[in-house]
Amino acid sequence: MSQAATASPPAPERVARRAGNLGDIAFEWACKGAGIFVLLLLGAIIVELFIAGWPAFRAFGVGFLTSTDWDPVQEVFGAGVSIYGTVVTAVLAIVLAVPLAFGAAFYLTELAPVWLRRPVGTAIELLAAVPSIIYGMWGFFVIVPFFAQNIQPFLIDTLGELPFIGALFQGPPFGTGIFMAAFILAIMILPFIAATMRDVFEQVPPVYKESAYGLGATTWEVMKGVVIPYTRVSVVGGIMLGLGRALGETMAVTFVIGNANRISTSLFGPGNTIASLIALEFGESEIGSLKLASLLALGFILFFLSFIVLATSRYLLRSRLKG
Amino acid sequence: MSLSLTAGAVPGPRKDPSVAAALGRRRKRVNLIVKVLCVAATLIGLAFLASILVTLTYRGFEAMSLRVFTHVTAAPGSDGGLLNAIVGSLIQATLGTMIGTPIGMLVGTYLAEYARGSKLGNLVRFVSDILLSAPSILIGLFVYTIIVLPMGGFSGWAGVVALAIIVIPVVVRTTEDMLTLIPNTLREAVMGLGAPKWKMIVFVCWKSARAGIITGVLLAVARVAGETAPLLFTSLGNNTWSTDLMKPMSSLPVTIYAFAASPFEDWIALAWAGALLITLGVLGLNILARTLLRNRT
Repeated sequence: MSQAATASPPAPERVARRAGNLGDIAFEWACKGAGIFVLLLLGAIIVELFIAGWPAFRAFGVGFLTSTDWDPVQEVFGAGVSIYGTVVTAVLAIVLAVPLAFGAAFYLTELAPVWLRRPVGTAIELLAAVPSIIYGMWGFFVIVPFFAQNIQPFLIDTLGELPFIGALFQGPPFGTGIFMAAFILAIMILPFIAATMRDVFEQVPPVYKESAYGLGATTWEVMKGVVIPYTRVSVVGGIMLGLGRALGETMAVTFVIGNANRISTSLFGPGNTIASLIALEFGESEIGSLKLASLLALGFILFFLSFIVLATSRYLLRSRLKG
Repeated sequence: MSLSLTAGAVPGPRKDPSVAAALGRRRKRVNLIVKVLCVAATLIGLAFLASILVTLTYRGFEAMSLRVFTHVTAAPGSDGGLLNAIVGSLIQATLGTMIGTPIGMLVGTYLAEYARGSKLGNLVRFVSDILLSAPSILIGLFVYTIIVLPMGGFSGWAGVVALAIIVIPVVVRTTEDMLTLIPNTLREAVMGLGAPKWKMIVFVCWKSARAGIITGVLLAVARVAGETAPLLFTSLGNNTWSTDLMKPMSSLPVTIYAFAASPFEDWIALAWAGALLITLGVLGLNILARTLLRNRT
């Protein structure tokens, strides 16, 4: 009797443990499920953009990538101009931003007094937090007029007169154009690159730097001979991260690039990028039209470009940033 | 003979002291030039930030008035405000964060507590990082194809979903980073007391990482509050008062975009006022998040 009584209801700690086990299984699957959801999300983005853009790929074939037409009236669309604009502005932005970012990162890790490092570093990082629409407005209302009145005429008169590269700096000084888009992009990606560079510079073991200083090296020689060789791969990764950001930037570019569907020799000429073209033309596209499909196909191409750049960046940064 | 050998210990030709001194001067000069250039680069970066803040403050305060907060957007010349845009932004950013945060926290927990070193974990981490930096305009296009087209129109919900997708990877990143900072001895102590793993995670790990996770959420809010491109194709914008999430919904960034590109003086002024509001909000959230994190570490 007493034996049966103790045997039939399970001991309370048993119940608790089984509940714990159930909780464990449920919680682990909730976490794992969320992880798999993120995987599916990225997969769905790729597949959806491809399916939605398929009518354009089917209608124009591989020529879609190189064709420079964008004629809504005759329904002929090509991605050539916007791919060119995307790549040129992003690469030019990197060229402009990397020296500044390097200087800022070098200053923040080696030169600045310790009490100044945090405030200056925070200020540079805040530059990354400013929304891109604000960069667009600021660029359009402040930088563009200033550039068109004070800097551009000077560049056209000097660099524009040079043989060969002069063609890059000719044309009327409107301010807006490929160069201005690249310039604003450079300011926007500067904090990303600078922050990554600073983080990897800080991970150089102090012993290495101290050894070099002990041999009588100057600050710059330590940077050039110890820090840069040690962090080279990660620095390139940081630059790729900036490139990935620059490729897909939309609002700021839309404001300042001039939005014309042509490839100009001059960097001061107007152009467009994939993102700016989508942002501008989307509102004027009817559902089910070939134009909408072409814009979505452009989106797929942009995703492909940024995916490659970002994946490379992550691969290069994988070891160092984890630390 | 052997004496002279040990005495001449310096091998090679004797160095001219003046050449060595010149080399030293040159090295110091190069060093100085690089230092000056680096300081200049930092100053240029800071000057951009200063210029943005000064312009926004100047133009924004000029256009700021009570009307901005009490009136909805209106046709040019008819004394409109930004009320519907402000409210629309608040609704969409809040709901987007509320949907994205739990998913992001679960994924971050999975990466830090269950999947260290596993193949699936590495893949999820990789994909989340790609999403973190992927162009936000593409997320807008994606939500357009999966929600706006089937539902037959732009809606506030579509905007919310787009923002939630942007929130997820931000929260994943900070949650994982903060959980990995927790020492394993703490976990072992909890497990040693016989607690199931989920209790360890929820009541100990999440609790110790709370400040960090809140930081991540604040950063995510700051990020989505300024997003324009994904909302262009999802919630579109609405010039009248509307809190119905099934209808198009206004938001500050999209309104700023529409107004700033217009030829009307009063609309442009309102755009500056909106730009000031949004920048103050975003930078304020960022500074708050940083302060929280600094007090923690």
